[in-house]
Amino acid sequence: MKLIFEKGAPGQHLSLMPPCDVPVVTPKRPRTEPLPLPHVSETELTRHYTALAKRVHGVNDGFYPLGSCTMKYNPKINEDMAALPGFTQVHPLQPEETVQGCMEVYAEAERLLDEITGMDAMTFQPAAGAHGEFTGLLLIKAYHHHRGDTARTKIIVPDSAHGTNPASAVMAGFSVVNIPSAPDGCVDVEALKAAVGPDTAGLMLTNPNTVGIFDKNILEITRIVHEAGGLCYYDGANLNAVMGVVRPGDMGFDVIHLNLHKTFSTPHGGGGPGSGAVGCKEILRPFLPGPVVVKGESGYHFEKPEHSIGRVKDFYGNFTVVVKALTYILTLGKEGIPEAAKNAVLNANYMMKRLKEKYTMAYDEICMHEFVMCLEDLKEETGISAMDIAKGLLDNGIHPPTMYFPLIVHEALMIEPTETESKETLDEACDVFLKLWDLAHTNPQALHDAPVTTPVRRLDEVGAARNPVLRYTTE
Amino acid sequence: MNFPAELKYSKSHEWVKMIDDTTALVGITDFAQSELGDLVFINLPAEGDAVTKEESFCDVESVKAVSDVMSPVTGTVAEVNSELEDEPQKLNEAPYEAWIAKISDISDFEELLDAAAYEAFIQK
Repeated sequence: MKLIFEKGAPGQHLSLMPPCDVPVVTPKRPRTEPLPLPHVSETELTRHYTALAKRVHGVNDGFYPLGSCTMKYNPKINEDMAALPGFTQVHPLQPEETVQGCMEVYAEAERLLDEITGMDAMTFQPAAGAHGEFTGLLLIKAYHHHRGDTARTKIIVPDSAHGTNPASAVMAGFSVVNIPSAPDGCVDVEALKAAVGPDTAGLMLTNPNTVGIFDKNILEITRIVHEAGGLCYYDGANLNAVMGVVRPGDMGFDVIHLNLHKTFSTPHGGGGPGSGAVGCKEILRPFLPGPVVVKGESGYHFEKPEHSIGRVKDFYGNFTVVVKALTYILTLGKEGIPEAAKNAVLNANYMMKRLKEKYTMAYDEICMHEFVMCLEDLKEETGISAMDIAKGLLDNGIHPPTMYFPLIVHEALMIEPTETESKETLDEACDVFLKLWDLAHTNPQALHDAPVTTPVRRLDEVGAARNPVLRYTTE
Repeated sequence: MNFPAELKYSKSHEWVKMIDDTTALVGITDFAQSELGDLVFINLPAEGDAVTKEESFCDVESVKAVSDVMSPVTGTVAEVNSELEDEPQKLNEAPYEAWIAKISDISDFEELLDAAAYEAFIQK
């Protein structure tokens, strides 16, 4: 289909713009050439984006079990709250006394999320998860340096970690020590003991981990790191499995990032800006990015923490995302938050149990919110890979699970159904998975040909990666 | 799969071709390229970089993932195969011609396998 820039003709434009109600000023250096904007009517514009919307698959279209991404349903009440004029008709440079309500949102979200995670303070500046990791690591660095300890240059990361963990550590100026997982997919405690030392700045961990297993040695793991003088960073990617049930702060973590756009039901990926809120224990509070909201005698005001690492984003982060997350927390309440986590775990185990009938599980034990299947044997028997099964799912109206991740499992499909799917949906999806397994044995060519019902068939991923075209040019 | 007898192999799937006692070409094995899938990008080391055995000195990217390439030797990068920057597919097409770096002043090796031992190792 045509790009918006390729549609329309010069002279076409939106005719329903209101008259300009501010003085027109001539800039000091006026533009010499007009911007290459699309020339389309409002009708064309609307049709263009509606056509695009029809070609995508979101959680409003169907099942979306993208492992490690927590593609849960985002309640529409969140949108209603975030659209309130008091939250949208404000400017970040307004005087504090005129935005007390917005500041209360930050203070309340901080209080409740601190309670859920076992932290003492939180910043909402980071725009997404990896940005939160980067911020959290800068806090760890500032903490060590403030004590005059500049020898702690290494961050320990298990080999099952999300790729963003080592990347964030390097961005923050650390070097990365990779430690292998134990056969059960959890941290190899002996390997960790061997890796820690006076150069250890910290450990980055998800728990439950990337293969959907809760690390039962977690208290020993955080103790080993603390005894070596390091701090423990909790990647909140998998918090959905345990929110309101156990707290990272009680597991011994000192700093955490939350993906509000995963766990706390705000739009995800292309659906809207994210929020990688970073929580920390009291020892790291003085280093938080500023400004933070503080409650004083005459209301809320902004303050820069004493030894702040500085800003990591302009203003205060993606504010309406925080409004949506707060709405979600208040809607679910003290009972609803752990219930959501428990249902996420139940749904994953239900699917795992049904799919185990045919598929091989990478770790065949009770899982948390997600599980990983290993399709290596299917590929050997039939030539059908995880990729082929994923393409077959597309023809059945299901978004594929995460593929080829984690790297420690070959031909991996990582399934996270989330708590918001009904048993009927899970059953339908399981039927499709099992049907595709049969098809791999009876008619593998049909799966090699899939997808056949989507707007585009198999994309040339290699060509796209080798010769990426990232933006439209007029040439 | 092909494992030339004149090369030595590391357990992390690199090959080593000795040019003289302290100089060698290093690349990734046929098995490595097959496991990684179509490679789309290589992040080469810089000439003059010191490399250490069993530590990452380069990374390659496929449509699936980014993977470290470990150095089988300790030494200095004398030369890199910059052709691979434009044509990373050569690592897939001809893994033993697509050398990644020439390492000189080699002072240490990890325990390298011969072709038969490497082939037995990857069968496991």
